[in-house]
Amino acid sequence: MASQIDEQQVQHVASLAKLKFTDEELSEFTPQLESIIDLFETLEKVDTTGVEPMTSATDRVNVMREDVAVNSHQRDALLKNAPDAEDGYIKVPAIIDESGDAE
Amino acid sequence: MNFETTIGLEVHVEMKTNSKIFSPSPVQFGSEPNANTNVIDWGYPGVLPSTNKGVVENGIRAALALHAEIEPHQHFDRKNYFYPDNPKAYQISQSVSPLGHDGWVEIDVDGEKKKIGIAEMHIEEDAGKNTHSPNGYSYVDLNRQGTPLIEIVSKPDISSPDEAYAYLEALRERIQFTGISDVKMEEGSMRVDVNISIRPVGSDKYGTKTELKNLNSFNYVRKGLLFEEQRQQRVLMSGGEIGQETRRYDETTGQTILMRVKEGSDDYRYFPEPDLPSLEISEDWVKEIGDTMPQMPNNRRDRYVNELGLTEYDAMVLTQTKEMSDFFEATVADGADAKLASNYLQGDVNAYLNDEQVDLAATKLTPANLSGMIKLIDDGTISSKMAKKVFKGIVAGENPAEYVKAHGLVQLSDPAQLQPIIDEILANNEQSVTDFKNGKDRAVGFLVGQIMKQTKGQANPQVVNQLLMKSLQAL
Repeated sequence: MASQIDEQQVQHVASLAKLKFTDEELSEFTPQLESIIDLFETLEKVDTTGVEPMTSATDRVNVMREDVAVNSHQRDALLKNAPDAEDGYIKVPAIIDESGDAE
Repeated sequence: MNFETTIGLEVHVEMKTNSKIFSPSPVQFGSEPNANTNVIDWGYPGVLPSTNKGVVENGIRAALALHAEIEPHQHFDRKNYFYPDNPKAYQISQSVSPLGHDGWVEIDVDGEKKKIGIAEMHIEEDAGKNTHSPNGYSYVDLNRQGTPLIEIVSKPDISSPDEAYAYLEALRERIQFTGISDVKMEEGSMRVDVNISIRPVGSDKYGTKTELKNLNSFNYVRKGLLFEEQRQQRVLMSGGEIGQETRRYDETTGQTILMRVKEGSDDYRYFPEPDLPSLEISEDWVKEIGDTMPQMPNNRRDRYVNELGLTEYDAMVLTQTKEMSDFFEATVADGADAKLASNYLQGDVNAYLNDEQVDLAATKLTPANLSGMIKLIDDGTISSKMAKKVFKGIVAGENPAEYVKAHGLVQLSDPAQLQPIIDEILANNEQSVTDFKNGKDRAVGFLVGQIMKQTKGQANPQVVNQLLMKSLQAL
């Protein structure tokens, strides 16, 4: 099948995921991603005219929880799985870019 | 060359629910870092989020308050981005089927009314909070992670910084009266992102827009936009081009400073959230919520003026916060005269709140006690001067009737008790009586003063005046 993705695009996807690939990795992953995209190309051949896009694997709707607060009291256990912690905070390398604030 | 301005506002409002939007962790401010978190908030593998019904209901309330059409078939989408305050590496939001669309609010700038359209509004989760330290580390607190938000996106109808300010005011007012949020910018329960572009008048294409950050009050929004509007004009007039930039507003200089240049559009790779069943919003459900919604401020103002006989000004002041408006209505419902209740709330109560720097809810004052005091003034039991003392009692949580009794503040209105005092004063002040008969009206004031002194200020001035005039004329 025709190539759907080049190394530059793989590099872009990697940077969105904050990943850095070496040239060797790039040439390894690119064909892998290509074959995944090929699979979807095959799926796209199915005629879906008039079929509503599916957003959920279940038919159930309006499965909701009442607005009741429950504190898990799991903080200390959770912090043990953090790479580093201090005074109840998760400690991470300094973040300079502020762009990730909820948008 | 003349330019026209187009401003877009994205407003995030934090809901004050008991629990988070997709996990039962408490929504609470000021807790120990990470104290209000669980495995769902941390995005652990294998956890299953569940939708908080209260958040959907609040979203419907907001949509109704903003005259938006409510989407009957909704689902959530994942917005993917990587950042330490976002542990799942995606934010659960609504992209394809936002809860509401095509709403509007009315603004009033210098007496000119205009409808500002709302393109869409949706519910989503807030991220955690990062604190940056100069020691080379950042500290992450996920208490805010999962706090329910509504994002409200305006249509490109706003054409000046003043209109942007008025739009925010209108939005804040209406959301506040739904009761779903405190909508306080200083506390972060209302956050504003702004974009602005200008184009030559008559051009059919929008100019390149810049985004502004760090606008921490409505006033800074207006000032930041004003600066940016003029900066863009200067750039275009001198033959330059506007870059697609994010700029930061500097509060001290009042200028906007380049933060970063945007390359292409953000790539969030949205896709439907598979862990959450979709939502079907029935008309019955919307009606049920609409029927129990608190009345909106403009309707309250109409009622205050038309049914309670208040002035437009009074109605405006009383509806500045839902808290004040609710308090006023409860006081009147308890039987207090509306005008007196309005006067006390705008006068003594507001002065007290300012002096103590507290919100009405944080005081011990209740509508029943305020109304109790007003009724005591109304039926002549206490004078408005005595009410000043009683007010000190009721803000301390005391019952006005009991306070009056305990402090012997009862006003003397009984003629049978007042007449002997008046007779005595007249007998002791013959000169004044003579003066009165010679046409010196000032003598009356002196005599009233003597009577008030004799009764330690407890005599009802109106009754005293009546009795005194009668006695003087009879002499």
